[in-house]
Amino acid sequence: MFEQWNGFIAGDWQKEVNVRDFIQKNYTPYEGDDSFLAGATERTTKLWAEVAELMKKEREKGILDVETKIPSTITSHGPGYLDKDLEQIVGFQSDAPLKRNIMPNGGMRTVKNALEAYGYELDKETQEIFTKYRKTHNDGVFSAYTTDIKKARHSGVITGLPDAYGRGRIIGDYRRVALYGVDRLIADKEAQKLTLEVPSMTEDIIRLREEITEQIGALKELKVMAANYGFDISAPAQTAKEAVQWTYFAYLGAIKEQDGAAMSLGRTSTFLDIYMERDLKAGIITEEEAQELMDHFVMKLRMVRFLRTPAYNDLFSGDPTWVTESIGGMGLDGRTLVTKNSFRVLHTLINLGPAPEPNLTVLWSKNFPQGFKDFCAKVSIQTSSIQYENDDLMRAYWGDDYGIACCVSAMRIGKQMQFFGARANLAKALLYAINGGKDEKSGEQVAPQFAPVTTEYLDFDDVWAKYDTMMDWLAETYVNALNIIHYMHDKYCYEKLEMALHDKEILRTFATGIAGLSVAADSLSAIKYAKVKPIRNEDGLVVDYDIEGEYPAYGNNDDRVDQIAVKLTETFMNKIRKHKTYRNSYPTMSILTITSNVVYGKKTGNTPDGRKAGEPFAPGANPMHGRDTKGAIASLASVAKLPYQHAEDGISYTFSIVPGALGKSADERISNLVGMLDGYFVQDGHHLNINVFDRETLLDAMDHPEKYPQLTIRVSGYAVNFIRLTREQQLDVINRTFHEKF
Amino acid sequence: MIGRIHSVETCGTVDGPGIRYILFTQGCPLRCKYCHNPDTWKMNDGREEDTNTLIQDIRKYKSFMTCSGGGLTISGGEPLLQPDFVKDMFIKCKEEGIHTCLDTSGFVSIEKADPVLDYTDLVLLDIKSYNPTVFKDLTGVPLDPTLAFAKHLKERNIPVWIRYVYVPGLTDDKKDIEDLAQFLTTLPNVQRVDLLPFHKMGEFKWEQLGYEYSLFDTEQPSKSEVEEVKEIFKKYNLPIYA
Repeated sequence: MFEQWNGFIAGDWQKEVNVRDFIQKNYTPYEGDDSFLAGATERTTKLWAEVAELMKKEREKGILDVETKIPSTITSHGPGYLDKDLEQIVGFQSDAPLKRNIMPNGGMRTVKNALEAYGYELDKETQEIFTKYRKTHNDGVFSAYTTDIKKARHSGVITGLPDAYGRGRIIGDYRRVALYGVDRLIADKEAQKLTLEVPSMTEDIIRLREEITEQIGALKELKVMAANYGFDISAPAQTAKEAVQWTYFAYLGAIKEQDGAAMSLGRTSTFLDIYMERDLKAGIITEEEAQELMDHFVMKLRMVRFLRTPAYNDLFSGDPTWVTESIGGMGLDGRTLVTKNSFRVLHTLINLGPAPEPNLTVLWSKNFPQGFKDFCAKVSIQTSSIQYENDDLMRAYWGDDYGIACCVSAMRIGKQMQFFGARANLAKALLYAINGGKDEKSGEQVAPQFAPVTTEYLDFDDVWAKYDTMMDWLAETYVNALNIIHYMHDKYCYEKLEMALHDKEILRTFATGIAGLSVAADSLSAIKYAKVKPIRNEDGLVVDYDIEGEYPAYGNNDDRVDQIAVKLTETFMNKIRKHKTYRNSYPTMSILTITSNVVYGKKTGNTPDGRKAGEPFAPGANPMHGRDTKGAIASLASVAKLPYQHAEDGISYTFSIVPGALGKSADERISNLVGMLDGYFVQDGHHLNINVFDRETLLDAMDHPEKYPQLTIRVSGYAVNFIRLTREQQLDVINRTFHEKF
Repeated sequence: MIGRIHSVETCGTVDGPGIRYILFTQGCPLRCKYCHNPDTWKMNDGREEDTNTLIQDIRKYKSFMTCSGGGLTISGGEPLLQPDFVKDMFIKCKEEGIHTCLDTSGFVSIEKADPVLDYTDLVLLDIKSYNPTVFKDLTGVPLDPTLAFAKHLKERNIPVWIRYVYVPGLTDDKKDIEDLAQFLTTLPNVQRVDLLPFHKMGEFKWEQLGYEYSLFDTEQPSKSEVEEVKEIFKKYNLPIYA
């Protein structure tokens, strides 16, 4: 029993590592409104101005500064400060704010290209080490890729694979460091290792023993890192300030050790509220100080930086890190998990202004206290910086202590991780089905040579049968690619600190994904309900389509086509399920494109729905813009039909509406937005990004970016700084459906 | 029951409370100079729809209506040109427990409107001017039937939201507005007054349809002008929204 636990209600959490039990026994649900919140302190305002100035410099230069020699480890760099007198929460990835690190374990080429793109040169010796003496994840993957995989990857029917950099989408239970202190966690890991002293050393046991040893090493390093800042985190946190600091240190260690595609934070705000409440009651802090801690914590999270190539930034729009924080939700016992600190973390968007990171994600329940519903809607309308995910839906799958990794991927904190798998392009696969496995752009035989369509008009049954076969091939190739990737990632780029903050036995999900769902569904609808005539080039390759008549388009709550989208989702998922997955992981699927809908569109020829070659896909599970003619609610209802049980890694819908279309007065807008969220989630919708602004604002921001340094817009599952989008992406966002009828 | 429909909008938030399914009917006897839906004027445009099919579609949105306190609004056009259709639609809604709202110009025979009103929870009534000459010039029809309809709604004690479109140079006479406000104080069933500042978003439709549009040079009113008009309604303690 630690003295730092004084005042907490006892429970199993004291005997075993069990953060959920601690939360359940000790948290204080908050049912009130936002009137208790405090504004920014003088320290906060000053510090944020300094950050804003640095970020401005960074935008001008591309990156502010970068290490070129020493690969990042938990203890390699730092300590670093921005303004030691003002910072209430300390710690940077390097010895200076916004300075980036190199992490060549994921892949040497990515590091080298990124450095060169910004005018830096990789240290010769470092390069030699990672080419001559130390193999990387990237090298491992390419030594095992098959011909089929390489072709599919090259043509773009499968893209975004994490084969050249860190896979990400793993959330360490960073709260454990605050609650238990590192020494207790090390002891726990030592005990786990002892249980693995079994009669026969099989491959599984050997691997796990090695991994736990790595984990223990990482925890020891974490203590050293914190000591460099003058903190001893071997014991539990004593105060709210320490709890925030300890939690942040744990996260900071993770982002120094890995630069995965998404490095999410977890579900920390309600956990931290317990410490805030204890200190508030004891008179150790005031509400202003509690808010200040969250403001300073969030400031640090806004300054997480990874070195990426400009091509990566173009693909994902700016510099995303997916520091996702999951807020609210309901407990299994029916009490709300909303606390005052759930308000505080959202209130940072007001005190510091809007920002894309951290990726603030509200786990919405229809049973939320009204005060929190209204506050969320109010902040959404003001900042367009919040995303919502259906806790009533997910709780049944993942319990009441899961968090969102990246955009929409739910995982039990500390008990589950995923093998991130980017996505397969279902729209392009349809074209492959029509062309017998040949690429519609290059004419190359990418998939095996199946029989192409030969009829004058496309026949639904004929096309579906061919598509079905094509999806068999696609699923197989895709699963094989992911199996290779994750085998190699575990081998060459293991996430030792993140996994140190997990249980010994965990659930691994095998997270596949699809892009182009709305294009594929509309194409099939056109084939079924209108007449679609394929147009062939001189080589007999179908390169365009003539559509006679009209067809029901996805996004109008019309079952004729919505059920095609449902069937596609289920069909492809079932094909994935047929395959053996690495480490017996549990296969899941997302309908999420991030912002790569633009790139997927570029790589896909004309489609039978009338979409022209190169035109962007709709993001995530969105209907194609301009085709939803019955208004916003009809399109919400269409998306809500997609079955979560066949897309357990999430279904992303991005929704943009002008303020006037939400109602006349501020109060009406809030209550209508709340009604919209409730209505969507009651119909089992999974995820919703809410953007509220006028098209004119965006157009003005394109011409005068300097006026909008913090303009934030939600895209597919995360948010971006609008002025950091490429012009093409800005136009894509602006051209998308803005619901504005009123 | 078959009706003639212009279009539907599933996310109506300004035509009655909450999130509403808006059914725009086809056909209107008025020819308002500022109309932003002139494509709903002609009786024979649009498409035919059956109330049985429509209610099946409307039902799909019940969760949104329940969660937001919304319902169905029938707008137009002038819905009361098709009273039997509207009545049947509303009956079907009431059977489903869906709130019903009628958006009308009030230029209708009370006899024909009454059976519809039996199933109407809320009326949105446009009073386009309180000055008979201005009203006639603006809409092409006389003012009296609308005022008679307003009084009838009071007698039947049906809740009403009044709508007034504020057009600079056309409906901006302070005395007319004052008179209207005074009249509204005699109607205790008026729950709210919506002041709708003139906007130019429907302009392109006039061009598309080849109609002659007389308000090209009319500007959208400034914020301060709108505030001034609001003050007039406020003076009479009317619940004014803009």
